[in-house]
Amino acid sequence: MAVETQRLLTTSKAISEAIAQEMERDPRVFVMGEDIGVYGGIFGATEGLLAKFGPERVMDTPISETAFIGAAVGAAVSGMRPIAELMFVDFFGVCMDQIYNHMAKIHYESGGNVKVPVVITTAIGGGYGDAAQHSQTLYGMFAHLPGMKIVVPSTPYDAKGLMISAIRDDNPVIYMFHKGVMGLGWMTPNPRATGPVPEEPYTIPIGKADVKREGRDVTVVTLSLMVHRALDAAEDLAKEGIEAEVLDLRTVIPLDREAIVESVKKTHRLLVVDEDYRSFGLSGEVITTAIEGAFDHLDAPPARLAYPDVPIPYSRPLEQFCLPDRGKIAAAVRQLMS
Amino acid sequence: MPSDETLREMHHQMVRIRLFEETIQKIYFEGKTPAFDIAAGPVPGEMHLAAGQEPVAAGVCAHLRPTDAVTATHRPHHVALAHGMDMKKLAAEIFGKDTGLGHGKGGHMHLFDPATNFGCSGIIAEGMPTAVGHALAFKKQGRDDVAVSFFGEGAANQGAFHESLNLAALWTLPVVFVCEDNAWAISVPKEKATAIANNSDRAAAYGIPGVLVPDNDPVAIYEAAGEAVARARRGAGPSLIEIKTDRLLGHFEGDPQAYRTKEELALLKERDALRAFERRLIDAGSLTAADAEATWTRCRTEVDGAIEFARTSPYPEPAAALQHVFA
Ligand SMILES: Cc1ncc(C[n+]2csc(CCOP(=O)(O)OP(=O)(O)O)c2C)c(N)n1
Ligand SMILES: [Mg+2]
Repeated sequence: MAVETQRLLTTSKAISEAIAQEMERDPRVFVMGEDIGVYGGIFGATEGLLAKFGPERVMDTPISETAFIGAAVGAAVSGMRPIAELMFVDFFGVCMDQIYNHMAKIHYESGGNVKVPVVITTAIGGGYGDAAQHSQTLYGMFAHLPGMKIVVPSTPYDAKGLMISAIRDDNPVIYMFHKGVMGLGWMTPNPRATGPVPEEPYTIPIGKADVKREGRDVTVVTLSLMVHRALDAAEDLAKEGIEAEVLDLRTVIPLDREAIVESVKKTHRLLVVDEDYRSFGLSGEVITTAIEGAFDHLDAPPARLAYPDVPIPYSRPLEQFCLPDRGKIAAAVRQLMS
Repeated sequence: MPSDETLREMHHQMVRIRLFEETIQKIYFEGKTPAFDIAAGPVPGEMHLAAGQEPVAAGVCAHLRPTDAVTATHRPHHVALAHGMDMKKLAAEIFGKDTGLGHGKGGHMHLFDPATNFGCSGIIAEGMPTAVGHALAFKKQGRDDVAVSFFGEGAANQGAFHESLNLAALWTLPVVFVCEDNAWAISVPKEKATAIANNSDRAAAYGIPGVLVPDNDPVAIYEAAGEAVARARRGAGPSLIEIKTDRLLGHFEGDPQAYRTKEELALLKERDALRAFERRLIDAGSLTAADAEATWTRCRTEVDGAIEFARTSPYPEPAAALQHVFA
């Protein structure tokens, strides 16, 4: 993706800028959530918004996710365009009914008569020792339930464009940012979490994957922080003469099946890298898509590197054992090539 | 009024909690300075400490025995230690070691200890329903054990709080609900999150006693808890206690606390309940200055031993990550 700007932002700044620009453009947009006001969001996604727009439009909530996410649904039905932050995706359990039985189903149940333009922002991902209740990605679980679009950006540029699209979309959108792509000063430094972002508002279509690196030998389909890991691995592999194509899904729902099939037709090999649980989820869906659309083009059985089907352990050696990383991705690609 | 012996034991518990947590705090920043990186050092992840809230743990747990169930929160160490959790196993779990309570799988927010019937959760208010369940089991088993659920004032706005109070009241279960009102839920002050001033008033909605302890006083906490625990033990049902306590530190370590003033922090440190309690016991003759000092020394030794145990313990084998999903 060619970006015509020299201005560098972290992903978290790109997200808060996108929200601010939409709030300026559209008075119906407002934000609710825990610690999103004075604190600016635990992961900085709403930084500066309270100072700019005041407490009427940037509302700190009690720890009452069912109530305020349900309130976002109701406000959306009554003509607002709320953004509600669920601090960590792991907390969905306390409010899921409002999300999947209400937010996701009202449009369908109403026969298309009622729109629910809510954006739920939420932090995903581990790798920093936050253990079983604060480290999951879970997009596969949300994706299983019809009625919600699911956006999972990996770069500051995509994060801004996808946020603007999410706010303007007439459907509920779950916008999932990995803590490791936000460019936060208190996380392990990640140079890929800072990148060029144009100042003026722009959109990126929801449902379009993006080739983050072109390659002829193997397709690595991934998303979110694992895009960064896959790009690192691709650099290592290039030194060995293996050219990996890294396809960043960017959105899970709708899934850009065409892009997956096209890339596999070109490279004839597929590795899916997924930080979400291995079974019954995204990696299986991507592989099925490749088999359905490019079976005759495959030179090797598709492979996946995903989080094993265990809760996220706290202890560092255990967590690192479970997480896909640069080395494991490169090894999996070599295996596919041999 | 608690006996002098009880007062000294409460003081002892408060001291060992404080020393344990101060030590964990120092260790937490190993590998995280000069540049803070939450993933680095011997103790990664979030770290929630309870300095200032020791009176709650000491005053309530003084009435408990190891078969009584305790559920706690993301801020669990003070309660865990006061209820008798092995400090070595706690420390080792915080270090992610194989000798920890959960072989390093749980970490500081997910401590489970069959020896003291203790559990905690990082999901706000979600320890409350399980406390109700512990109490239900006790009733079915004909035991006179009780379940105590600790939670922050922020948790009282979750559905789980209200559902748990109603269920425990409806079924006359031996539960004591203990709300630690430290005035803050991360950056959100209580008055911006809760429609009424005192959560103890919410007990009336469920027809159970609601008691307010307004000043973080270990003795007042001891007395309120004593009544509630006795009531639960004799089968008269649940109670709710709200204690106005102090969070002397950030929500988690590394919290810049831009949301509260330096003056507020200084005021809280100045009225540190542990120091005040110690002075009071010495002034009243319940504790000699020499005894107090000996307590600090004894606790220092205990904490050093626990930390040494944790540091020198081995990590679990990486592939152990795949074990324990099922029984
Ligand atoms: C269901 C849920 N929502 C949000 C959070 C994030 N969170 C962790 S601690 C906390 C504040 C809790 O405040 P309080 O209950 O008063 O406890 P304290 O931290 O003051 O001990 C929040 C919002 C969470 N862990 N679980
Ligand atoms: Mg609190």
